[in-house]
Amino acid sequence: MALVEPISKKRSGLKLFIMTVFGRSYPRLVGMQRERSWIFFDIFVPLLSVSAYVFVYRAIGAPEDYVGFVVVGGAMTAFWMNILWNMSSQLYWEKEQGNLALYIISPASMMAILLGMALGGLFATLLRAIAIMIFGSLIFNVSYYVVSFWQLIAIFSLSMIALYGLGMMSASIFLLLSREAWHISNLATEPVYLLSGMYFPVKNLGFWGSAFGSLIPLTLGLDAIRQLIFKSGPSLGFLSVKIEIISLIILSIIYLIAAKFLLAHIEKLAMREGRLTENRR
Amino acid sequence: MENSVAINTKNLGRIYKIRNNRKEKFKELLALENVDLSIKKGELFGLLGPNGAGKTTLIKILTTLLSPTTGIATVAGFDVEKSPDEVRKRINMVSGGETSGYGLLTVRENLWMFAQFYGIESKVANDRIKRLSEIVGISDRLNTKSSDLSTGLRQKMNIIRGFITDPQVLFLDEPTLGLDVGASRDVRTFIKKWMNDNGERTLLLTTHYMVEADELCDRVAIINQGKVLACDTPSNLKKTLQKEAIFNINLYAPSGLEINKFKNITGVKNCVLSQKPESTTLDIILDEDSVLSEIITEISQQSLRILRLEKREPSLEDVFIKLVGQKIEEA
Repeated sequence: MALVEPISKKRSGLKLFIMTVFGRSYPRLVGMQRERSWIFFDIFVPLLSVSAYVFVYRAIGAPEDYVGFVVVGGAMTAFWMNILWNMSSQLYWEKEQGNLALYIISPASMMAILLGMALGGLFATLLRAIAIMIFGSLIFNVSYYVVSFWQLIAIFSLSMIALYGLGMMSASIFLLLSREAWHISNLATEPVYLLSGMYFPVKNLGFWGSAFGSLIPLTLGLDAIRQLIFKSGPSLGFLSVKIEIISLIILSIIYLIAAKFLLAHIEKLAMREGRLTENRR
Repeated sequence: MENSVAINTKNLGRIYKIRNNRKEKFKELLALENVDLSIKKGELFGLLGPNGAGKTTLIKILTTLLSPTTGIATVAGFDVEKSPDEVRKRINMVSGGETSGYGLLTVRENLWMFAQFYGIESKVANDRIKRLSEIVGISDRLNTKSSDLSTGLRQKMNIIRGFITDPQVLFLDEPTLGLDVGASRDVRTFIKKWMNDNGERTLLLTTHYMVEADELCDRVAIINQGKVLACDTPSNLKKTLQKEAIFNINLYAPSGLEINKFKNITGVKNCVLSQKPESTTLDIILDEDSVLSEIITEISQQSLRILRLEKREPSLEDVFIKLVGQKIEEA
């Protein structure tokens, strides 16, 4: 009798892709349940910075909708943090841990691995963002005025596709990095809060400033969401919601395609330079 | 190429460009040079060499993690550079001391996750996890988080991860590193049975442990400074030393000894000194037994005292010493 029976069938193609996506998203989903410290660090800590902006706006007598802008911005911050720390720099950590080599030598596509990371992270972050929205709205008494529920879902979904596409793209760049990955993630935190108008209407950066900031899908998504859920939103918006939807569709396509090609290119480059498993060479 | 060949390399070479800081110019480090190997299907092939010999570099090239600088390599009939996807369907790898997987997941979940990346259905994966964990001896730890495992148990999990996908070609890079004697023996027994089960399976093993290579491998290649110095069956390699006389001499040498005086004696092929707090040992390979008298004369001239003198059969360790000039742990 054989020690272990041989495997008669292994899935390939689309089925393997889906299995890989599910397999890689699993640690993110389960991790949330097992490591509950995120409830404190990812909800209450962001609420502190939200509170600071709320107090500033109230002190200077800004329109009350600005308080809502800040709460929504605070909720969306969770997605950017997830992109930076759990998508972009993740491959660096995977390399350090030894998982990256095992991903590469498996027949699974790296796009599927990244998509699994993205979906797992997206689901986990969505819960955090909802919690920040609920607590923030209750604490600061924010009132919403939803213009179109469907547009809201569309804009949120598109923002996430484009944002996580950007995350997948930057993850492949991070594949080449060593310890500087940590610094780059740090560097990309605060400037993005400014460029994307996390805590204020991005229109205030001027057209070119806002246009530059719009390369980050969060900027357009946040601006459109504010237009769709606050009464004063449209008057403070950067572009019309329709244009922002079209822009997000374009960004989604560009970032996802770029991620695929960049990943393939950088994987080859890393193989050539010996950087897939070691950082010093 | 013949279908019976599982791994083939021709003039395989790898040069790393390294520098210690950004201001320095890159220096070239030769990690592999003109490696020619042909490993047949069904063969358990061992790579023996000290740290930095090029073993891991060779495995990285064969597992599609690193491009060669020169030459070609094929695994399961596919070029590792031109058809990495085809190679990846057919291989797996386990490294000693690896910390792969996620600490928050249990052993079962980690293994299931890696099985997903190979397209193995959940039911099949779970059956194999159960069976392999029984064989390796961690069936009672399947629901333990991998962060709570000891080094040895973690390595057993890694070993299951390598075998769960039923690869055609498996690369084991120091697989028993960190395992105690009993666990290492269990792993070796399992490897032998796994190979015996299916003649199509091929296994490439790197190890520091000569006994492991001697016990397991059909053929062994001794590699040092990127070059393959010898490649044959363990018994044939040992036969190359059959004309020589090999002695192991334990000495009392409180103020040390002059090794070069022993090396300079005519008829001494190799002489390696191992000094530990409790003893000093000379491993000597001589052209013939008669040279021993000169060794003993030199011992008395250096005022050393013989505690034990043993003539023994050649081992792989002796072959290594003859080829490299040092013991594997000292090289």
